[in-house]
Amino acid sequence: MANIHQFDVIVVGGGGAGLMAALNASKTARTAVISKLYPVRSHTGAAQGGIGAALGNIEEDSPDWHTFDTVKGSDYLGDQDAIEFMCHEAVQAVLDLEHMGLPFTRTADGRIAQRPFGGHTNNVTGKPVRRSCYAADRTGHMILQTLYQQCIKNNTLFYDEFQVMDLLLVDGKAAGVVAVELATGELHVFHAKAVIFATGGHGRIWEITSNAYAYTGDGCAITARRGIPLEDMEFFQFHPTGIFKLGILITEAVRGEGGILFNAKGERFMEKYAPRIKDLASRDVISRAMYLETRAGNDVNGQRFFYLDVTPETVNKYADLDGRTRPDGTPYHVTAAEIMSKIPDIADFCLTYLGVDPTRQPIPVQPTAHYAMGGIPTDKYGRVVVDEKNTVLPGLYAAGEVACVSVHGANRLGTNSLVDLVVFGKHAGLDAAAYANGADFTPLPANPTELVDETIARFQNGSGKERVAKIGSELRAEMFDNVGVFRTQESLEHAVEKVKELRERYLQVKVTDSGKIFNMEMMQTWELGNMLDLALVTAVSALARTESRGGHARDDFPARDDVNWLKHTLAWMNGDQVTLGYKPVVITKYMPKERTY
Amino acid sequence: MEIKLRVFRFNPEKDAKPHFDTFIMDVDPNDRVLDLLEYVKADFDSTLALRRSCAHGVCGSDAMRINGRNYLACKVLVKNLKSDTITVEPLLGLRVIKDLIVDMGPFFENFRSVLPYLINDDPLPADGRERLQSPEQRERFEDTTKCILCAACTTSCPSFWADERYVGPAAIVNAHRFIFDSRDTAAAKRLEILNQQIGVWRCRTAFNCTEACPRDIHITTAIAEVKKAINTGKLD
Ligand SMILES: Cc1cc2nc3c(=O)[nH]c(=O)nc-3n(C[C@H](O)[C@H](O)[C@H](O)COP(=O)(O)OP(=O)(O)OC[C@H]3O[C@@H](n4cnc5c(N)ncnc54)[C@H](O)[C@@H]3O)c2cc1C
Ligand code: SF4
Ligand code: FES
Repeated sequence: MANIHQFDVIVVGGGGAGLMAALNASKTARTAVISKLYPVRSHTGAAQGGIGAALGNIEEDSPDWHTFDTVKGSDYLGDQDAIEFMCHEAVQAVLDLEHMGLPFTRTADGRIAQRPFGGHTNNVTGKPVRRSCYAADRTGHMILQTLYQQCIKNNTLFYDEFQVMDLLLVDGKAAGVVAVELATGELHVFHAKAVIFATGGHGRIWEITSNAYAYTGDGCAITARRGIPLEDMEFFQFHPTGIFKLGILITEAVRGEGGILFNAKGERFMEKYAPRIKDLASRDVISRAMYLETRAGNDVNGQRFFYLDVTPETVNKYADLDGRTRPDGTPYHVTAAEIMSKIPDIADFCLTYLGVDPTRQPIPVQPTAHYAMGGIPTDKYGRVVVDEKNTVLPGLYAAGEVACVSVHGANRLGTNSLVDLVVFGKHAGLDAAAYANGADFTPLPANPTELVDETIARFQNGSGKERVAKIGSELRAEMFDNVGVFRTQESLEHAVEKVKELRERYLQVKVTDSGKIFNMEMMQTWELGNMLDLALVTAVSALARTESRGGHARDDFPARDDVNWLKHTLAWMNGDQVTLGYKPVVITKYMPKERTY
Repeated sequence: MEIKLRVFRFNPEKDAKPHFDTFIMDVDPNDRVLDLLEYVKADFDSTLALRRSCAHGVCGSDAMRINGRNYLACKVLVKNLKSDTITVEPLLGLRVIKDLIVDMGPFFENFRSVLPYLINDDPLPADGRERLQSPEQRERFEDTTKCILCAACTTSCPSFWADERYVGPAAIVNAHRFIFDSRDTAAAKRLEILNQQIGVWRCRTAFNCTEACPRDIHITTAIAEVKKAINTGKLD
């Protein structure tokens, strides 16, 4: 029999969203955090750029401007009530982080430093505004460390290296989760009044990704298996400049410093696709241009990559051609030393992984799967909502990248994920604790570990005719080719069929490790199942959406279609069947307009 | 190029003692050692157990001993090792649980012992805004904020191998991060903790830690600054 534990609130995930939820829930309710990784290993630690909040420390700014920028960035698919709430809460959230000890970079007068970031503007002048609060180039690392430090201070209870495999719902209410303790292989049932999922994203279903190995979409897959819909899964952000093959992110600041993209013929191809702003076009535009160049055979060595050249000779040559000047009117000319000082971390990645000194050689880059806009549908208190009418499922919460509030709509602005984690992590924690304090435990089902037992038995008794590694690599390649930056009816239909085939073959895998202690093969086999589920939902949702909006680009339907598609997708999984439904976008103040920058 | 990869194996449920498995594989010189371990799992032996997540040196999961030195497996490339035999072992000084996975418990316990969190019970600024800190004050502890708790330093330290109660370089680095933060008020308490028998004085300045640190933190300098603060009672 499994070990049974009882808590008011269970938080699944120890990243930014999970720790924030735990810190807030534990103020009034008995709370524990379950995490498959040690919390400090969570992917929040990889974020570099910054966290957006209209502090106005350097120049005039306002949460309303932040709200509008986010609505526009979302290609009008974000829910405006939630966005307004987030952008207003962001200011206090960042101050709270500072009070907890987060070592922000400082201005000369000792305040939190802020810098400009793509899409964040002064709404009067339309010029970039300094809104991104940062700690050197390691903002996510500092957030994760600071929140973990606070948890140590508050004696937060952690179940580290416990992997949640199932959610228990009884009578339409959350009753707890089932987890495997990696160190022993034992199953544990966590009986809880409220459960908060904060398990992060699922970028690992694509071949080239900036995402960690752990980004296998466990939270979305677990809840979907229990009948909860997934929202807007067709919207996934591809960042144009990932390191070739590795997918490691190269920030767009490199292009801000004057870096130029070239194809195999040595052409500055962005001139064709974005004649006005060229290499500084938005993420989705450049990723799409690279795809078209690849189809035209202009990728380097036929290997689907391009060169990002930030050597001083190239930067200066094209700066002259473009007539680029510094603020004082002098021509924009840089030296190698200046470039190094602006992008030290990128230089470190390039040197470590490519042996390329970016001040002397071009960097090979290609689009990399980066961020899930879609996920488990919630309201702005993190409560999971399960249908077109936003009916709340009592006791179930989600926050962070796993959730879809939706504040990012069809496309997330840089710095807004970290805001999302902190704001909605906090509110999910507070609301879950308040709910738990007014609720009784829902009795556990008769056999709470039934589904997990069945799953494990299936892996152990599989025929072994198929291999996890093979299915995984075929899945990632299929998704990258056919549900990637560019989609067509044909490519999506192909992907749906292929994923179904892979799901069939997946039934034949066998876990060869028969041990219980750190049976990582077992967990990775299970994670592949999650990825197959999410891949299917993503492809089916994308096939249905016959328009292009934000991160979802259809070659055969290139325009945004507000008449038919200004609505959120909801997708229910039932075995191999995906049923789609739709719900309206919440529009309060800002009517949809064409999105130009 | 062809590589002979020797991997430390230990399955507590089957093996009386550890052994090495050898895999001959054709790899790209630019492959990370982590990639090689993933090839082992995909093509040779799917039971190999290790921890990893970010795969680019920022999460601290995969510190291990590679050709006799501590690295993050994801931050060292085959070609950097300048050898066609690569030997991968778990970190020293922590109990091996299975294959490359060690018990991180004592490491995190040492980390927690130095009060690694901001302590300041003074009222917040009346306007509710941030506590002020000048860029110079902020710079004072910049280097030690970079730590990702990978344990590469602590498990390369002869003093830690001798006695795992020694708090170790990583814990001192994290104490330093708060001791020298102008907003913190508990430096004296932390210095008292580090002045104990199992504190900073166990450090014999072997420099292994600084060499092992994948974040290029000047660990030995940080330890020296803590020692000095204990001796002088001053934080300059
Ligand atoms: C390279 C990179 C750079 C980025 N830069 C920025 C930036 O500058 N600004 C910005 O706003 N955003 C940025 N982002 C996005 C942002 O960092 C992430 O969206 C965000 O950190 C996700 O946080 P989270 O708390 O939702 O998940 P995570 O921090 O990933 O935490 C997920 C947690 O869930 C746990 N977990 C998962 N599955 C299970 C399971 N089955 N059982 C138990 N536990 C489980 C994990 O152990 C982990 O603790 C970046 C992302 C990347 C990849
Ligand atoms: S100081 Fe360096 S080596 Fe030591 S734990 Fe921190 S990052 Fe790792
Ligand atoms: S896997 Fe994250 S540091 Fe190596």
